[in-house]
Amino acid sequence: MDKLAKLCQDVVLLWSKYHPMYLNGIKNTLILALVATVIGCVIGLICGILNTIPYSKQDPLPKRFVLKLIRVLVRIYVEVFRGTPMVLQAVFIVYGLPYFTDNALRFDNIWAAAILIVSINTGAYMAESVRGGIISIDPGQTEGAKAIGMTHVQTMTNVILPQAIRNIIPQIGNNFIINVKDTSVMFIVSFTEFFAAHRYIVGVNNMYFPSAAIEMIGYLCMTLVASFLLRLLEKYMDGDDSYELAQEDQLVMAAGTYSHPGHGTPFDEQSKEYRDQARESLKNRNGSTRGER
Amino acid sequence: MADTILEVRHLSKSFGDHQVLRDIDFTVRPGDVTSIIGASGSGKSTLLRCINLLETPSAGEIVFHGQDIGGVKAAAYRTKVGMVFQSFNLFNNMTVLQNCVVGQTKVLKRSKAEAHENAMKYLKKVGMDPYINARPRQLSGGQKQRVAIARALAMQPEVLLFDEPTSALDPEMVGEVLAVMRDLAAEGMTMLVVTHEMAFARDVSNHVVFMADGVICEEGEPKALFERPQQERTREFLSRFMGN
Repeated sequence: MDKLAKLCQDVVLLWSKYHPMYLNGIKNTLILALVATVIGCVIGLICGILNTIPYSKQDPLPKRFVLKLIRVLVRIYVEVFRGTPMVLQAVFIVYGLPYFTDNALRFDNIWAAAILIVSINTGAYMAESVRGGIISIDPGQTEGAKAIGMTHVQTMTNVILPQAIRNIIPQIGNNFIINVKDTSVMFIVSFTEFFAAHRYIVGVNNMYFPSAAIEMIGYLCMTLVASFLLRLLEKYMDGDDSYELAQEDQLVMAAGTYSHPGHGTPFDEQSKEYRDQARESLKNRNGSTRGER
Repeated sequence: MADTILEVRHLSKSFGDHQVLRDIDFTVRPGDVTSIIGASGSGKSTLLRCINLLETPSAGEIVFHGQDIGGVKAAAYRTKVGMVFQSFNLFNNMTVLQNCVVGQTKVLKRSKAEAHENAMKYLKKVGMDPYINARPRQLSGGQKQRVAIARALAMQPEVLLFDEPTSALDPEMVGEVLAVMRDLAAEGMTMLVVTHEMAFARDVSNHVVFMADGVICEEGEPKALFERPQQERTREFLSRFMGN
């Protein structure tokens, strides 16, 4: 208990002294994660869409060749960036480029470098998610679209992608949360995000553990808020479950299709007029209603 | 027969080594209601999918208004030959109304107002106009199929293909879909129907094609084909269905 009290004390002390630095770290982490996730999703979407352009043996050779080439290139991109640690990619891009080009190519803007690295990383993961999202849509949807004369582009934009994107939103959320945490490796290119703030602060005093506690709580708060917002987005995209019935269906008389106020099931919401009417008739019979008693 | 709308000539289709259709020949005239019947696996659905180019025929040609559709863009041809699927294939991300509007605005480039009005007309025809704001997952199978019919009709096709439209439905919903199809036939819509509903084939269509093992075994007027089948296979098939 003493230990815990001491920890709390130290946390409060650290926070009161360094909170601008922590907050600045949180801000940078969130901006980097958000921007990189958005750009990464765009990269992933482009890769996934290019990757799923259908071709058949009847297509002319050049078209088949180009599509095949695209698939190979996307495959290489995905395997390379998904299969190596982001820290090393950062080192290769920020320190490797100037090294190989004798400083002709280098990143003077550390923000640009960080966003680039995290984006292409996210893109590599998202490319596969998007491809999976697209091929998981029932082929019948494509056939339905083709049968009314839609081209591949029209089918994708109107029918397949809206459904595929809805299905990969959990994946996008996943990637955002991973990015919030994994941007911590960007200290290697001296990007001052949340974890870099921790490294600096424990460098000037030796309260390593209390600062780590602040970091833990900070990261958890960021990811919890992100999860919550994503849930809201999913709910919004699913739309309302109920729909308005203008009138009865002439051909079918099934449960749930009644619109006569007096003939619904006990579970149906009855119209206000009907309730008032019912109350009125009760009143006439008993002289008063339950509400007035 | 100058007034044929659709002609299938020597059509064959194989999947790998497996030949599903062999040398299919038949003709559809405007206003014809042709039923294609036959046992499962006889190639009925494949034939219909070939006619809508959802499958590419291995050999033979399909002639639409005297023109071989080999040289025509599939998308343009499909706007004139609508299709209704066994599994409905309504767009799950759209409401009933949007399902019937999207093809008109995106493919036929009609204005929103015109497409809307047109969609309502056909939804009313199939009795689904109360449900314009519903999504496909909120509808029963029969309702979905009626919307699918309205979606195909909204494109104002010249021929409508039905691929076992009632096979995926519960028995009590078959009637509502068949009722809509009967109305369409009565209005003179040119229809090509793959079906297991023998009563529909006999009473509504004016031409029946019986398929077995990838070939047309027998075809003719429904009355003649059902009452005096010429081929042994037809007799066998019909006796199983009619129970006599």
